[in-house]
Amino acid sequence: MQLKLDNNVSQFADEIEALSGLNLYDCYQCGKCSAGCPVSQFTQESPTRLIRLIQLNQKETVLNSKTPYLCASCSTCSERCPMEIDVAKVMETVRILASREGVKPAVKEVVNFSGAFLDSVKSNGRLFEFGMTISFNLRNRTPLKDAMLGPVMLQKGKLGLFPQSIKNKEKIKNIFNNSSYFEPKEEKKEH
Amino acid sequence: MAYGYYPGCSLHSTAKEYSMSLKAVCRKLNIELNEVEDWNCCGATPAHTTKEELGVALAYSNLVNASKQGLDNVLAPCAACYNRLKNASYAASHSPLLEKRMNELTGGKVEHDIKVFNILEFFRDIYGQDNLKTAIQKPLSGFNVACYYGCLLVRPSKVVNFDDPEDPQSMDELVNLLGAHAVEWSCKTECCGGSHAIPETDIVLELGRRIFSSAQSQGAQMIAVACPLCQANLDMRQEQINKKYKTDFKMPVVYITQLLGLALGIPSAELGLNSHFVSTQELAKI
Repeated sequence: MQLKLDNNVSQFADEIEALSGLNLYDCYQCGKCSAGCPVSQFTQESPTRLIRLIQLNQKETVLNSKTPYLCASCSTCSERCPMEIDVAKVMETVRILASREGVKPAVKEVVNFSGAFLDSVKSNGRLFEFGMTISFNLRNRTPLKDAMLGPVMLQKGKLGLFPQSIKNKEKIKNIFNNSSYFEPKEEKKEH
Repeated sequence: MAYGYYPGCSLHSTAKEYSMSLKAVCRKLNIELNEVEDWNCCGATPAHTTKEELGVALAYSNLVNASKQGLDNVLAPCAACYNRLKNASYAASHSPLLEKRMNELTGGKVEHDIKVFNILEFFRDIYGQDNLKTAIQKPLSGFNVACYYGCLLVRPSKVVNFDDPEDPQSMDELVNLLGAHAVEWSCKTECCGGSHAIPETDIVLELGRRIFSSAQSQGAQMIAVACPLCQANLDMRQEQINKKYKTDFKMPVVYITQLLGLALGIPSAELGLNSHFVSTQELAKI
């Protein structure tokens, strides 16, 4: 990989800190996060490497990495980090930032899944699993994916055929329509 | 005894046997569950990885409802729901700015402190191990169980503040108390891949393979879980794992409430033991 270094190396790490409150300069690449990461074997950039790229201001590479999408949000990394960096939150922050900046997601299936899931919650207040799976398959253009599980689930009564709706749908719509990408931050930490 | 109850979406569909067995156990133990009125989805992983505020607000909205109802505590049997509700409560209590924002988004307020607890916490700390012990009618002797906690019950420990994040014991203690034997194994808190089951199935199959291998090598006959997603990923996908890796796992993946129900003498049909993909016949014979 070719890195383009400039004199403004702190820019991206500062941006991440402003959005998430996480100070990535605390990371000294011990690799503990990547050693425990259950999905690092499936990704190109390990968590350690992704953080190093952030420190080196490689915004484009980071926003186009598959790693934040393949992160399973298990928080093993965050739990074990000796510097108490919430690494899982770094992944989340990068993903949300990429979406806000209109970067095409590196793993579109994961984003399609989230979209299908949240659409279902937005319209009914609760998840309608059957409808969500069909909607995901259509978005993903894999209409028959997991189709063989359907009949058994139906037979065992594990698949509701109709969505459940809550009464106060207006509240849910309000939450969806007015939520911001990032939470407000109290104050910037010194480092 | 009456407690607040947040079932979450899964307990109404893919995890219906979790709900069935929990309700049967509570009936038997005279525990009354008051469902949070008009509860909504906690948002799970898709919400907090899409918009930070959405992930907190969807969960927080349920705490607002619970507060209106005057509930002091809420049992969330789904590990993912438990994690999200705990996170919302933690985030709002640590940031007045965020709390104000959540009040704006949900149009309500959490007026008093509401304790959110998971199923293991509930039976260990609230109902109490001693009370449980006296209620056991049919000890589950002769069964080796791998207690699988997964991620969301124990991590991040700063937020959930429950058990040891690397080597938790609460489910092991419960399983031993029921008369079965909890095996020592290395995958207690390994991730099952969670919501990647649908978009990234291959990852979930590989993680499942590792979990089954570890459980089998330690002589476990079944895996006990307290999370609908862990159950679905390990039970529904077990055949796919066998096909892909040419393995021959036939390991039932049961909810801890099903084991509890059996030990309390509840008939297996009331515990939904016939709803699993992998046969639970051996257990149903108890």
